Amino acid sequence: MNIIETNNLTRRFGKLTAVDAVDLTLEEGEIFGLLGPNGAGKTTLLKMFTTLLPPSSGSAKVAGLDVVRNSGDVRKVIGYVPQLLSADGSLTGYENLLVFAKLFDLPRAQREARIHALLHMMGLEEAAHQMVKTYSGGMIRRLEIAQSVLHEPRVLFLDEPTVGLDPIARKSVWEHIQRLRSQFSTTILLTTHYMEEADDLCERVAIMHHGKIAAIGQPAELKASVNGGSATLDEVFAHFAGGEIEASGSYIDVSRTRHDARRVG
Amino acid sequence: MTHAELVKSSPRPQAWVRFLYFLRKSLNIFEMEMRKLRHEPTDLLTRAAQPFIWLVIFGQVLSGIRAIPTGESSYIEFMAPGVLGQSVLFVSIFYGLALIWERDLGIIHKFLASPVPREALVVGKGLSAGIRGFSQAIIVILLASFLGVRLNLNPFNILGVISIVFLGALTFSTFSLLIALWVKTRERFMGVGQFVTMPLFFASNAIYPIEMMPDWLQAIAKVNPLSYMVDALRTLMLPGSASVFGLGTDFAVLILVSAVLVWVAGRRYPSFVV
Repeated sequence: MNIIETNNLTRRFGKLTAVDAVDLTLEEGEIFGLLGPNGAGKTTLLKMFTTLLPPSSGSAKVAGLDVVRNSGDVRKVIGYVPQLLSADGSLTGYENLLVFAKLFDLPRAQREARIHALLHMMGLEEAAHQMVKTYSGGMIRRLEIAQSVLHEPRVLFLDEPTVGLDPIARKSVWEHIQRLRSQFSTTILLTTHYMEEADDLCERVAIMHHGKIAAIGQPAELKASVNGGSATLDEVFAHFAGGEIEASGSYIDVSRTRHDARRVG
Repeated sequence: MTHAELVKSSPRPQAWVRFLYFLRKSLNIFEMEMRKLRHEPTDLLTRAAQPFIWLVIFGQVLSGIRAIPTGESSYIEFMAPGVLGQSVLFVSIFYGLALIWERDLGIIHKFLASPVPREALVVGKGLSAGIRGFSQAIIVILLASFLGVRLNLNPFNILGVISIVFLGALTFSTFSLLIALWVKTRERFMGVGQFVTMPLFFASNAIYPIEMMPDWLQAIAKVNPLSYMVDALRTLMLPGSASVFGLGTDFAVLILVSAVLVWVAGRRYPSFVV
């Protein structure tokens, strides 16, 4: 079954077409990576899947539910970790989870067990009752992921889950995402601009460029399709994203990324 | 049947079921705000300074010169409920700033991608403003008693005062959220916040009766929710004080205004993250 299905999905901001007639299908249970330079349309696409942004035209279905007509129902079956920091620093890690467990109406009898299982799984048991503002960047991300899967969503959206993290924290976030997947077989759609992340984690990837999907397939397939089959994923990316990996990003993007990095790191 | 079909085929729940759900979610948000407040309670204490300044300094001085006609009651008696209304206004009116802060951090995005009704996000915040207002009420009542104001302390009146404080806090904090949803940045919010707070305060019956005002100002004071809040507080707190607008009108105005503000804010909320 297709857990995500889009048809000509388009989003414009004034003259800019951020997402341009995208047709994309995701199968239930896969880990899918959306790659692309800043401004390629990854976050806009995710915001439409998570009902934060209505499409300008075209349509999208998540778990068979239309993101516009059934937006309320879509929100019940998805988990979302935004690119920005979304854990509340003025609460403890445990409280962050407790509040969302209540908001998602987890039955009282299961609540504590579920929270503790996730704290354990994400390696946050010891820090559970510390204020989140004392957490490291990697811990915050793990907490946010735990928060987003409390209600066992059918699709989990992770928007640049490792942006601004140092390599060790990044590795640990990957490990936890994989652990999560092996335990719940949730479909995961993540965006990233780290090639190794896509290579290590994702079963399929799509490369976005100027709002369109420039290439899609298994990392191995994509590598085989460029440079006579000997390409690295980096080269594949440069090939499809027009070598813009360095040149991308406006002043605002740069300031925002650094800002996030400072807060998360 | 697939999951999607199941969800689609479930009929829209009845109005009262949805309303109960909305209330429960509002209380969840309220609980979250209370947990934050518990971690950072100093804010409640520093807020005590303002009513102190108004009652002890301003009130004492103006009481001495007897310039303001306050009927049966002394000026300090007349003013005490006004200072409470003003304190609730001041603790609530900067709530929007916290919302902008949470939006800049990204916390809001997660709530908007969850099934929690937007109106519940608004009301939850409003209730937490109510708790802050309530702590101000305790301070004002203690200060006023200390200054010799005779207060009506029967349980029904106290309950009435608490309800009015919560309604007022909900009204003004939601008004503040609306400003935040409109101006979107912290800098502009500070400007607009300053710009609306003082007129709201001075164009009301908080520290002088409406009859003293020129006609044009009277007209503004009569559409100012703060006037209705203070009128109700005065009626409930001071023994033998008669309501100007009628207690029923006061409650009705505050309930209506807060309901409309919550509804509008709930509708505008999603545009905040775009």
